[in-house]
Order: sequence, then structure tokens, then C-alpha cells
Amino acid sequence: MIEARGLTKRYGRTVAVNALSFTVQPGRVTGFLGPNGAGKSTTMRMILGLDRPSAGEVRIGGRRYMELKEPLREVGALLEAKWVHPNRSARAHLRWMAASNRIAAKRVDEVLDAVGLTAVAGRRAGSYSLGMAQRLGIAVALLGDPGVLLFDEPVNGLDPEGILWIRQFMHRLADEGRTVFVSSHLLSEMALTAQDLVVIGRGRLIAQTSTKSFIESAADSSVRVRGPELARLHSVLAGQGLAVQELPATEDTPATLVVRGSSTEAVGELAGAVGLVLHELTESRGSLEQAFIQMTGGEVEYQAGGGAAPASSGLAVPAGAQAPFAPPGPVPAGAPGFPPPGAVPPPGAVPPPGGGSGPAATRETASRGGQEGTQ
Amino acid sequence: MTLMTVERIKLFSTRSPWWCMIITVALTVGLTAIFSAATKPDDLSDLTPAVTQFAYNFGLVVMMVMAALTVTTEYRFGTIRSTFLAVPGRTQALLAKTAVVAGLAGIVGEITAVGSWAIAKAIRPDAPLALDTGQEFRNVFGVGLIYLLAAVFAIGLALLIRHTAGAIVVMLVYLFLAESLLPAIPRIGPHIQDWMPFIVGNNFVVAGQLDTGDGPPVIEGLPFGPWGSLLYFAAVCFGLLALGLISAKRRDA
Ligand SMILES: Nc1ncnc2c1ncn2[C@@H]1O[C@H](COP(=O)(O)OP(=O)(O)OP(=O)(O)O)[C@@H](O)[C@H]1O
Ligand SMILES: [Mg+2]
Repeated sequence: MIEARGLTKRYGRTVAVNALSFTVQPGRVTGFLGPNGAGKSTTMRMILGLDRPSAGEVRIGGRRYMELKEPLREVGALLEAKWVHPNRSARAHLRWMAASNRIAAKRVDEVLDAVGLTAVAGRRAGSYSLGMAQRLGIAVALLGDPGVLLFDEPVNGLDPEGILWIRQFMHRLADEGRTVFVSSHLLSEMALTAQDLVVIGRGRLIAQTSTKSFIESAADSSVRVRGPELARLHSVLAGQGLAVQELPATEDTPATLVVRGSSTEAVGELAGAVGLVLHELTESRGSLEQAFIQMTGGEVEYQAGGGAAPASSGLAVPAGAQAPFAPPGPVPAGAPGFPPPGAVPPPGAVPPPGGGSGPAATRETASRGGQEGTQ
Repeated sequence: MTLMTVERIKLFSTRSPWWCMIITVALTVGLTAIFSAATKPDDLSDLTPAVTQFAYNFGLVVMMVMAALTVTTEYRFGTIRSTFLAVPGRTQALLAKTAVVAGLAGIVGEITAVGSWAIAKAIRPDAPLALDTGQEFRNVFGVGLIYLLAAVFAIGLALLIRHTAGAIVVMLVYLFLAESLLPAIPRIGPHIQDWMPFIVGNNFVVAGQLDTGDGPPVIEGLPFGPWGSLLYFAAVCFGLLALGLISAKRRDA
């Protein structure tokens, strides 16, 4: 268990972490979510006693990191895979780390095997690819068979196979009853990985909840509805006090109404009550990334502007920059700008292991009025 | 003991320390061999044990660079964080590193000293190279102690500066400019010289020796005798190390 209380870190005049309090429970994967520069890495370094908090404190199982006798046996961390001397072999690196905490030398071979590096363990670490370096970092974290594991952006730069491997790995570690705390700037990734979330923006706590309820509270839904008598439908729905917007017909979609703050059930029943035929009744959820942007709102460190936003994250878009109604449905190829939520899977949104459908943007379509979407 | 094992693995699992050690020994012993061979038969009586050590400062600089590198490369590559993750007691970890690195420098220093003396004796068996007096022992075996303490100095400096280039530039500027130029200041210069650590440290090796102009420089009238000089030099080196340790403990890794 990790407990942070009023954790604060200032670098000169920048406040990287601001009075942060949270708890990370054992037996689950807890995501540590925040946009770039939110203070995730800084918090992790403070948990590990590498950076000294300006105020507050953080304890692991009731003790500060400094107080742990053989810390690698209790806490494993992957902060940066590159914390290895490039001219030292992976095996030598693991060997000295093991020796420092009186971990048996044969454990080195075990962890090398567990991460699949046995064949290249004698090569200099500087020659490793990013994925191999990341695996070495994980081997280091696992070395002391610790009950608490910290991973800072472990999937950064990994290919889908590597991402899947790490995700399953973390689930396994949590299932074994360990505390797993993993940071990311992608909600879509965390949605597949973490059961709980600690969300921060600009160093401040935004939410600590289960991933499920964070997504539910964040991703507000809208209902698309369409029928032959669109104008009547509009007035019926508006007459019930619903916020209705009409999307004019385009080349490939006929005119459609978008109802906010309602459900397919409610809209379908209203239409049914006055005997209106429907051709489409769809619920569309905002994408996770959009939800995340809304939640972190003004807490985004680097706002987009002049193309300065990191293109890969897709997060650094000011909350107000998108149309209030993101048009669901297929996007015309080559549409300029930020892809509308729900249209394109966000980076990193790989199907979860086991093939179950992730909570990421889901749309269900019922082709007849009166029929209800299941969601 | 565990921590020293760790530092030993770290030190010897990269190649640069090996290179530094080879260069140190080759440089000092090689220069002494050339010097001995080139000594004219008339000057043979001047080829004393102290004179065989004339090149020790060159090897000393190389060993100091190696010692500084063991710290700065850890900062450069982030392994210092791995070190502090494994051993959160930073002072302990760094003291173990100092013990291993300075111990190695001391051993290499003794090897260069004995090697230089032995090669001179092998090349010029007729020279007065017997080690009889305490002073002659000091002239040769004292060199290893200077290497050891100088490595402590270099580690202290590296802990304060953290960057390879910065630490090495400061070290070289200090050794080659400050220690030789400050004493040249009129009036106060000679007083400053009395307290320059490497000049005083050198005094431990050469004290009592006549200045023939061949061996390591002999400066008369320093405030300390040989052992006092060694103590003063040690105090400066460990003082700098203490500052380095405090800095490492205080600052973020
Ligand atoms: N050593 C440092 N000196 C000065 N400022 C720092 C230092 N480390 C971090 N910061 C600042 O603190 C803030 C938080 O940085 P941090 O690296 O913790 O963010 P992060 O959430 O890990 O971001 P990312 O997703 O980009 O990794 C940033 O504004 C950063 O510029
Ligand atoms: Mg980071």
C-alpha cells in the first residue's frame, strides 16, 4: 500500500506537485493518470526517495522509502529504462543490483528469463532496443520479488505486442496480491489496464476513483435519432425540455438529431408515445480522451497552440477547442484537425487481452424506433 | 562489505577503469624506463629511489580522472538512481564506492611506484637504488597513499559537480594552474603554497630529499614534516569528500 499525504514538490518557482494525497491499494492495478508535465514522474521519484518532497510525505506500507532495509525486496520500480550504464551487460547490471540487497544470484537468471532477455543478457545494455531496455527495467523491478511495484509510463514507445505483454504482466502481478501503481498520460490505455485511478493535472489531485466510475462520470453520452418526420420529432423532443441539435444532411448521412443528456430509452419512448417512426436511434459516448480533457480541464500544462502540442499524446487540446457536438459516425477521410472522439481509436487502444470489449467509445445502433440500445 | 562488493562489480563491469589502470602503469613505468636508460653514466649517482618516481603525477591525474568518472558516469546515465533505489542510505553507498575506488587507486599507485623503481633498477643495476632508510621507503611506497587520497579528492569533487566535463576541467585547472600559479603571486604566494594540498601531499613523498631537479619537485620550508603533510593532505581530501556526501544527500538524485 502506498499513501501520499500533502505531497508537494517545488522546483524553484514551478510547483510540480501540489499538496497531493492519495492511497494505492494492494491487489489491484492503480493507474496514475495525468497529461504531460502533470507531475507523475516527480511523484514517483518522491515515493522512491530520489527527490525530497518540499512538503508532505509518502509512505509505503507505513514506512518511508529511506527506512526500508533492503528496499528492492519490498518495492520494485521502473522509472526510466535507460538507468543502466550503456557499456555494462544486462546481467552485470542485475548482478550488482541483486548483490546490493543480498538477493540470490540465481534470481538474476530467473528474472532475465521472466522478461525474455536470457539470450541477450551478456550484451551491452547500450545496444538494446527500446523494448529490450524496457524489459530489462522490468527485470530490475522484479528482482527482489517485491510486493509493491511502480511503473512510470511503461508502454511508452512499445509496439502493440509489447504493450499487451506489459498489460497482462501487470494484471498478473496485481492478481498475486501486489500493489501495482502505473502512470500513463493515456486514459484509453489506463481503461484497459487499471482498476483504480489517481488522476492529476498540474500537480493537483483531480480524482481518485475506480476506473469504471471515472469513465462513467466523465464520458457524457448523447443520442442520435433520425426518422422521416424530423421536424416533428424535433419539436416533440424539444417540447420535453431536451437539448436537441439538428445536424443537416451530408453526402453520406441524412439529417439527424442529436440529443444531449438523455438516453435511447427516453428518446425512443417519447417518439413511440406520439407514434413517430424512427430510422436510427443510437447512443454515442464521448471518447475517453475527450472525457479526460474535460476532467483535467484547465489543468493541462501545455495547451495546444501553434502546433506545439505533442502530437502523439492527443491530449493537449484545450477543452473548449472541439465542437460541442462531435459528429459521431464515420469521418470523411482526410478530415482536417483532431479526429472526432469515437471515430478513430485513440493511440494505444489495443483490444484488451481475452477479446472482451473495452469501455472505450461504444456505439450501439437500433434500426427501428422503440427498440432500445443495450447501453 | 556487501556494498563494497556491489561497487566492485560496478567498477569492473565496464571497460574504462581497465584502460585507466593500464595507461597509468604504462605511463609512469614507461617514462621511468626511458629516463633510466637515458641517464648518463656520470649522473648515475643521482638516480635515487625518489628520482624513479618523477612521473608519478602523470599517473595520478589519470587515476583521479578514473575516480571522478565512477561518480559522474553514474549521474550521466542515471545509474546513481538505481544505486540509491537499491541503497537509500546514500552516504553508505558512496562511502563504499569511495573505499573501492580509492583502494584500487592506492593499489595501482603502489604498482606504478614499485614498477618504476624496479624497472630503473633492472635497467641500471649500478645506480644507488637500494631501499634502506625510512625516507627511501617513503619515496617509493608513499606514492600509493597519495594516489589513494587523490582519488578521494576526485570523488568529492565529482559529487559536487556531477558532470564529467565540468568535474575534469575543474580538476585539471586546479592541479595544473591553481596549484602552480597561485604560489607565483608576489608576497603572499609562498604562504599560499604552504597550504596547497597537492604540494603538501607531494612533500610527504619527497621530504628530506635533496632537490636534484630530476625527481618530483622538492620544496623546502613547508610547515609540516612528511607525516604531518600526509595528514594535512588527507584532511583536505576527506573534507572535500564530506562536502560531496552532504551535497549528494541533500540534493535530488
Ligand atoms: N528536476 C526538475 N527541475 C525543474 N523542473 C522540473 C524537474 N523535474 C520536473 N520538473 C517540472 O515539473 C513538472 C512535472 O514534471 P513531471 O516530469 O513530473 O511530469 P509528468 O507528469 O511525468 O509528465 P510526462 O507525462 O511528460 O512524463 C513539469 O513542469 C516539469 O517541467
Ligand atoms: Mg513523466
